[in-house]
Amino acid sequence: MALLEVEDLHVEFRTRDGVARVLNGVSYHVDAGETLAVLGESGSGKSVTAQAVMGILDTPPAFVTHGEVRFKDEDLLKMSDEKRRETRASGIAMVFQDALSALNPVFTVGFQIEEQLRVRRGMSKADARKRAIELLDQVKIPNAAQRVREYPHQFSGGMRQRAMIAMSLALDPEVLIADEPTTALDVTVQAQIMDLLAELQRERKMAMILITHDLGVVAEVADRIAVMYAGRIVEQADAVTLFRTPGHPYTAALMDSMPRLDQKGTELNTIKGLPPNLLKIPSGCPFHPRCPRRQDICSVDVPRQHNLGLGHVSACHFAEEVVGG
Amino acid sequence: MAEFDSILEVRDLVKHFPVTRGVLFKSTIGQVRAVDGVSFDLKRGETLGVVGESGCGKSTLAQVLMRLEPPTSGSALFEGEDIFKMKGGALRRLRRNIQIVLQDPYTSLNPRMTVGDIIGEPFEIHPEVAPKGSRAAKVRELLDVVGLNPEHINRYPHQFSGGQRQRIGIARALALRPKVIVCDEPVSALDVSIQAQVMNLLGDLQTEFGLSYVFIAHDLSVVRHLSDRVAVMYLGKIVEIGTEEQIYEHPTHPYTQALLSAVPVPDPTQRGRRDVIRLTGDVPSPINPPSGCRFRTRCWKAQDICATEVPELVVRAADHPSACHFAEERAVV
Repeated sequence: MALLEVEDLHVEFRTRDGVARVLNGVSYHVDAGETLAVLGESGSGKSVTAQAVMGILDTPPAFVTHGEVRFKDEDLLKMSDEKRRETRASGIAMVFQDALSALNPVFTVGFQIEEQLRVRRGMSKADARKRAIELLDQVKIPNAAQRVREYPHQFSGGMRQRAMIAMSLALDPEVLIADEPTTALDVTVQAQIMDLLAELQRERKMAMILITHDLGVVAEVADRIAVMYAGRIVEQADAVTLFRTPGHPYTAALMDSMPRLDQKGTELNTIKGLPPNLLKIPSGCPFHPRCPRRQDICSVDVPRQHNLGLGHVSACHFAEEVVGG
Repeated sequence: MAEFDSILEVRDLVKHFPVTRGVLFKSTIGQVRAVDGVSFDLKRGETLGVVGESGCGKSTLAQVLMRLEPPTSGSALFEGEDIFKMKGGALRRLRRNIQIVLQDPYTSLNPRMTVGDIIGEPFEIHPEVAPKGSRAAKVRELLDVVGLNPEHINRYPHQFSGGQRQRIGIARALALRPKVIVCDEPVSALDVSIQAQVMNLLGDLQTEFGLSYVFIAHDLSVVRHLSDRVAVMYLGKIVEIGTEEQIYEHPTHPYTQALLSAVPVPDPTQRGRRDVIRLTGDVPSPINPPSGCRFRTRCWKAQDICATEVPELVVRAADHPSACHFAEERAVV
């Protein structure tokens, strides 16, 4: 039994222009102490999956039409609202990309951390304050006792991200979902925050789901990687396998299109065309219009998950050949 | 590399923004030293990459070079003439020669104009480039050059994706056949697969039209890919400048080394095997930068001299200029 399991999740957005099929059968799991990276470009559904897990999808327009989200073998989607809030509050927490808009500007950072402790743990004001200072200390905010009384705008970008991490850790979650936690930050600060997340995860033996589009960040921290495209997971493998022998043409192309720091490239390989319009996803394999290995079958049959051994799966009709190079 | 002559020579460029207090009786209480004495040459046909973190002054540099903001002091010679002294006709001719591609393809295109009008607008201001009758044909040609369908000339920006919009921005910059294009973070808003398309396009256009680029970005991998030479900026100053190979393979300034070391490398087998330098703290405020070397507050090599003496950007340890008293080569990539 995995700690958190998403199974065959379908989400659609009912918009004025039609129904956008944002998630089309997403399944993944994460165990205690493990880091799963969910990699994908904008519109691939990586954040929507996380929002469905957290129960923070805006309905309407978003509707979960099928699937399960199991935390410790209990389906969150079938629980009563009250029980679900309770379970999530103590079990799963989320760190967002943009700390400035995720924090409330009219309350102090301390208040926002303490609020959960008072509501969920029934702590007194003084105890909650003490705990908030400890948490800010843990995320290495200097002079925590002073800064706990400050407002988000008085923090720098990196500090704000640290404060939000402190907030997410307040109730000792078992699963931490980090949605592009460093995308808005400068590279030297990004490195600090990734180090901090990795350290906290090790200490607390948390499971972490890291959502990102950055192949470099993924390579540095992930145990396993799930690659998403058009609302599906197209490939899953451990980090080393995925980078060494990608089993899906999309993954392979993504890696080839990255400029590298350690070599001066000439022409970059590109993925032709554009990501699919979710209002009309291509038939068969959604990647087929852009795929260099496209055959007739690709526009007809949706590829099943091919097992390539040792937990490496790829949703490509020609997965074995892709791995072979 | 063959010797080029310089198309743009920037000397001691300074741009300070006043910090004021009060509405009616304004008083200046400080200066944001956004760009604080920057000098470099741009050779004909080359790409000069400018990297740095937010607040280092790289975008202000772009705006001053475009004359969108007046400089506080300093000069910039375009083909031998100081662009900050130009007026009237000379300035208008200059604008034909230096164009800009902006970061955000969503806000830099007017949503109420068609693509044809956006790309053709430069011809309204510079009618000598394309007589009225030939404009539509020119716009179609430009669309084709940047890889868009010329038949989409009557569409509006919202009908295009982010990558396509960036191509429209590039077509607009190309319209007047400039000699220099300043690219201010042209690919940072794009997805990886689209980013590669736009980078290849910029490379192809440079070869085809003999363009010189000032390429401003925070992504060090992107900059390395496109640049011949690279300048690293920190708090309004260039701390190190050299060829792409000198900067990436033989960096001598601690900040350059830290910056390179912080970039994650997409290879999980390298995990834990790289020489990692972690800076602590944030970039100080440009209103009140540290005395002496501006990097000293985050530098692990800082000594007393760093607080008292500003390190000049001169050739020190290796064969390229570095603004550190203790410049020393250290391979980090």
